[in-house]
Amino acid sequence: MTSSKQALAHPASSAEAAPGTPPGAARGAHGRGTPPGPDSWRSRLYRWDMKASPYAFIAPFFIIFGAFSLVPLLYTAWYSLHDVQLSSLDQQTWAGLDNYQNLLTSDFFWNALKNTFTIGVISTVPQLMAAIGLAHLLNYRLRGSTVWRVVMLTPYATSVAAATLVFTLLYSWDGGMVNWFLHFVGIGPVNWRESDWGSQFAVSSIVIWRWTGYNALIYLAAMQAIPVDLYESASIDGANRWQQFLHVTVPQLRPTILFTVVVSSIGATQLFGEPLLFGGVSGSKGGSEHQYQTLGLYMYDQGWIIGNLGKASAIAWSMFLILLIVAVINLLFTRRLRKSL
Amino acid sequence: MGTSTRRSRRLMALAAVAALATGLLAGCSKDSDDGSSNDSGGNAKGKTTLTIGTFGVFGYKQAGLYDEYMKLHPDISIKENVTTRTDVYWPKVLTRLQAGSGTDDVQAIEVGNITEAVQTQGSKFVDLGKDVDKSQWLGWKNSQATTKDGKLIGLGTDVGPMAICYRKDLFKKAGLDTDRTKLAAQWKGDWSKYVDVGKEYMKKAPKGTKFVDSASSVYNAALGGASERYYDKGGNVIWDKSNGVKSAWDDAMAVATSDMSAKLKQFDKPWDQGFANGTFATVACPAWMIGYIEQKSGDSGKGNWDVAAAPTAANWGGSFLGVPTAGKHQKEAIALTKWLTAPEQQAKVFAKQASFPSTPSAYAGLKPAADTTAYFSNAPITQIFADSAKTIPVQYFGIKDQPINTAITDVGILQVEQKGKSPTQGWDAAKNEVKDVLGQ
Repeated sequence: MTSSKQALAHPASSAEAAPGTPPGAARGAHGRGTPPGPDSWRSRLYRWDMKASPYAFIAPFFIIFGAFSLVPLLYTAWYSLHDVQLSSLDQQTWAGLDNYQNLLTSDFFWNALKNTFTIGVISTVPQLMAAIGLAHLLNYRLRGSTVWRVVMLTPYATSVAAATLVFTLLYSWDGGMVNWFLHFVGIGPVNWRESDWGSQFAVSSIVIWRWTGYNALIYLAAMQAIPVDLYESASIDGANRWQQFLHVTVPQLRPTILFTVVVSSIGATQLFGEPLLFGGVSGSKGGSEHQYQTLGLYMYDQGWIIGNLGKASAIAWSMFLILLIVAVINLLFTRRLRKSL
Repeated sequence: MGTSTRRSRRLMALAAVAALATGLLAGCSKDSDDGSSNDSGGNAKGKTTLTIGTFGVFGYKQAGLYDEYMKLHPDISIKENVTTRTDVYWPKVLTRLQAGSGTDDVQAIEVGNITEAVQTQGSKFVDLGKDVDKSQWLGWKNSQATTKDGKLIGLGTDVGPMAICYRKDLFKKAGLDTDRTKLAAQWKGDWSKYVDVGKEYMKKAPKGTKFVDSASSVYNAALGGASERYYDKGGNVIWDKSNGVKSAWDDAMAVATSDMSAKLKQFDKPWDQGFANGTFATVACPAWMIGYIEQKSGDSGKGNWDVAAAPTAANWGGSFLGVPTAGKHQKEAIALTKWLTAPEQQAKVFAKQASFPSTPSAYAGLKPAADTTAYFSNAPITQIFADSAKTIPVQYFGIKDQPINTAITDVGILQVEQKGKSPTQGWDAAKNEVKDVLGQ
């Protein structure tokens, strides 16, 4: 008994631990464990291949990530501790935390932070609610459902620039279609670009227009995974469609909703293109009172318009930290919701 | 079998990578080949491709100058890289200059950036002063592009002498004089007199029209004639003490607090629509804006626009062409720059789109395009702009000239004009903004 055990154990251990043993000695006898091969060099290559190849396959992403995300990120951190001007990149004077201190006392920074938050809320909340509603409607059996779904995705497919340009014309205070319509129902013209809430609303509406369909399709996909019998039993219990939506669909969608909330809040924190283009010439100011200047715009204005790269880098890192905080809040929120499920 | 397919796949991947890499390397080596062939004066087998980086519309392509140059120099081909917006163009150029790569062979520099280029990028540009007869250009134009040690880093392209473009038809309806010399006489010498004409206009203004497009345009025009701007001769910031800024601000405030402004932001889409719909009667127009007006107003403005001399001689805009030392074909680039900015070529650009030459010797023979003349009621635009160009005072620009100007026009003036703030509030807002710009 013991000897047979030893005999069984022996070849395996010798094959693993004996680069010096002649090839074939172990393998020839048993013919299992390693593929046929004339020499141990090959077998080592094979094992190395098994271990290393997966890393080689995922490497391109990480190399690109390292080159285009990680290095700039660290370089930005370095810049943020220096006084660097765009016109003299080679002259960097150590500034310590001055740039960050400067931000904390800057009205412009707090204003941008506040705007990012308010625009984020008034664009994300209605957007996701509308998306659920639309997904619910699309989930019914419809004639030509594919057409509706494709149409739903069209705004997302248009470029930010094109969408914003059209919206800018719609919202122009003199002769814009929105004001014309307001006039029609007896409301005076609103200066959409310069009024505080008007401009934020206008920017949000562009975001909502572009992303609602995208989120609706995500919801739709999740909705179609909900078992039909849940609806059937609900309808047997006498639930109407609205009640079904509220008590079957929404609870089942919870993980998907959380996902879209996380993605949308990250997107909202980085909001940049829409307000920049909505502002037209000198759009990076976000209006004469910075009423829709988001953090992204403020960073762009400091870095590329004013040329103060040190401060812009500090803003970039502050944004990064804020995103981390947002992520943590989302995580805590998710955990609590999971528990309550 | 299994291993062999895997290996062959890996080989294929390897081959693909290798092919890509050699492709990239080949790309590099081709460039350096170009560089060396260029030393021998550009031989027959390889054409030298010169790139020229511009922003907005320079008119070289429109006036057919590239084609003409390529016909004169068969071994050269020219590629223009246009960036529409200056605020996107300039940061890109700055970073490339400092990286020492990626610049075009010829780079355009806007007048608002020329001081920054002169003071911080002087060593990154070729000294063009040795290759040209500097006296061809307006003196103040040259001095803007000259470094402390006398290096000329850019050759002047156009300048922006100022006039007032006005709608004759609207003036007539408002019961004002429509004669360009009489009007010029009414506001001669002071922009506040121009504002006074605006008050007259508003008394009987045709429905839906305003006197001027924006308060900022009045500000820019008035400041363009001031010898003191934001910086003094020594490069110190004097923006809040400058007389030029103060009087331009006051004129702009007079417009912003009255109802004579259409409250448009220049170069925005609604501004273009304003031209098309004729919603404002005048606009301070530097020469380069002539073509713009003609294009945006379209048929509705034909023969209705007229041009009168501005209250003071002023300059707004204009550019330079520089040759970065990082360029691979410097000799050819210098030749092209010289040719493009020579009086004859500047005259051709003027004929095409009324960008006004910075070389006085071209003035005598200037001919605007026939349709432009007809469009602007046969006004002697050449004469008007030339008179202005010759008497513009020397102005000193600073490193942060553009951001300061944006802070004043797009924050300070806009708050008063569009949000109904008081001039004091507007000035304070501008002040905060400029402090932020200057890092104070």
